[in-house]
Amino acid sequence: MDEILEILEKEARTTPEDIAKMLKKKPQAIKEAIKKLEKEGVILRYKAVINKGLIRDEDSNVRALIEVNIVPQKDAGFDRIAERIYSFPEVSSCYLISGTYDLLVVVEGKNIHSVSNFIAEKLSCLENVRGTVTHFLLKKYKEDGVILKHREEQKRIAISY
Amino acid sequence: MDSLISKKVQQMQPSGIRAFFDLVLGMEDVISLGVGEPDFVTPWPIREAGIYSLEQGFTSYTSNKGLYKLRLSISRFLKRSYGLDYCPDEEMLITVGVSEAVDLALRAILNPQDKVIIPAPSYVSFGPLVGLAGGVPLYIDTVKSGFKLTPGLLERAIDKKVKAMIFNYPANPTGVSYTRGELEAIERVLARHKLFCITDEVYGDLTYDFEHTPFSTLPGAKGQTLYLNGFSKSYAMTGWRVGFACGPQEVIAAMTKIHQYTIMCVSITAQMAACEALHSGRKSVEEMKREYRRRRELVVGELNRLGLSCHHPEGAFYAFPSIKNTGLSSMDFCRQLLKRHKVAVVPGTAFGQCGEGYIRISYASSLEDLKEALRRIEFFLSSLTGGGNV
Repeated sequence: MDEILEILEKEARTTPEDIAKMLKKKPQAIKEAIKKLEKEGVILRYKAVINKGLIRDEDSNVRALIEVNIVPQKDAGFDRIAERIYSFPEVSSCYLISGTYDLLVVVEGKNIHSVSNFIAEKLSCLENVRGTVTHFLLKKYKEDGVILKHREEQKRIAISY
Repeated sequence: MDSLISKKVQQMQPSGIRAFFDLVLGMEDVISLGVGEPDFVTPWPIREAGIYSLEQGFTSYTSNKGLYKLRLSISRFLKRSYGLDYCPDEEMLITVGVSEAVDLALRAILNPQDKVIIPAPSYVSFGPLVGLAGGVPLYIDTVKSGFKLTPGLLERAIDKKVKAMIFNYPANPTGVSYTRGELEAIERVLARHKLFCITDEVYGDLTYDFEHTPFSTLPGAKGQTLYLNGFSKSYAMTGWRVGFACGPQEVIAAMTKIHQYTIMCVSITAQMAACEALHSGRKSVEEMKREYRRRRELVVGELNRLGLSCHHPEGAFYAFPSIKNTGLSSMDFCRQLLKRHKVAVVPGTAFGQCGEGYIRISYASSLEDLKEALRRIEFFLSSLTGGGNV
């Protein structure tokens, strides 16, 4: 992978100036490279990783993984029906999967009821959806390579040879 | 009344910077760039292998030389990486880090008053261990040649009492390393005087600008070289304490004699984890290396910009900038930087008198901490020149 991407994937706020210092390049060259990656859609956007478990919010979101069985459409296969599903704002991720079902859809909602309502009223009744199995998430340990734990204490001794 | 403590130990130089270290340890919220170990935790598959070995009940002694499985893996790794041939039975010993291997090697080869050449500034343990083994350290000041030992410096230092040389590359504290050509020139001088060479290559995997060359791969050098390496730096395994020595059968046999009485064997848990490191850890090594290299560019570039002139370190994770233009001694610089701005670095004098005028900065710290520390150093420097408040 491009080293610029490696740096930004770890810390999206790293400035082009700092990246330039680290890679011994001109800041301008880094800016242009980043612009190019953005234009090509390699970098889609920059966002904070939030540990939602720590937000003391009465109505924090619940999340469900939904296995969806689909009847593929002629000419368009799974893509068109997938598009109809992932276009709903409630859907945070959507994957085509090999195995016993077709789409893995991640849905977020205010509470169990709103998620259930979405499944019952929107998802299940789409004409090519043959069936769904819903799993509510109970606890998140790790997401996108990030362990959802606050900074660990420093374990090294402060000074050594 | 005669002292209870042996004369030899009494004569050992106590570390002059102990008091400074104690000061650091007593303070809170210090950003420490004084740490001589990776800031990564041992990669999980390696830790898991250690845990699994305990679950399986591997809690016994191993053979004195170390687990055969580990020695075989090391032997294959050295063959694959460097084309080196070391027999796991006769030419290899697993030690408690490279530290133990240095001690064993010196005790195995030195007779009273034998001299051992040490390029300085040097790693802290070399001199004292030569002394404990009955030898006499012969330091070569390499400051003027950019902290590199040159054939000329070496040739001038050698006399009839010299038996061996020990050096560490990439080097702690300077980050300096040597190209194959530079090593060949050094080897020719050693060969001409039939001197034995102990090389501590524990930072070998962290070489950034060229391929690391083990000394024993040089033509004709293998029979006169003891190659020391370990898992601490490459795999972020400092606390596990696993190192290894490879060399002529006669030397390894002598070292093993001492090892079997003083240590018996390295902890089996650590040895099992080390096996896993060689099995699955290479990818992590490459990742860590890329990360260190980026931090190096940032830190060295910034130090030079701040006027703390710093040669480009080729390996390890240390920068060794000059602080001479501040007018402060290394110790005063470090003490003031710590007290006023809570940044800890190590005075160059910790690594020998010729380290005066320099400090060791470890960039094995998060980018965030490095940048904040550099910002504070900049502030400190401007207060020195601006306020005259030295």
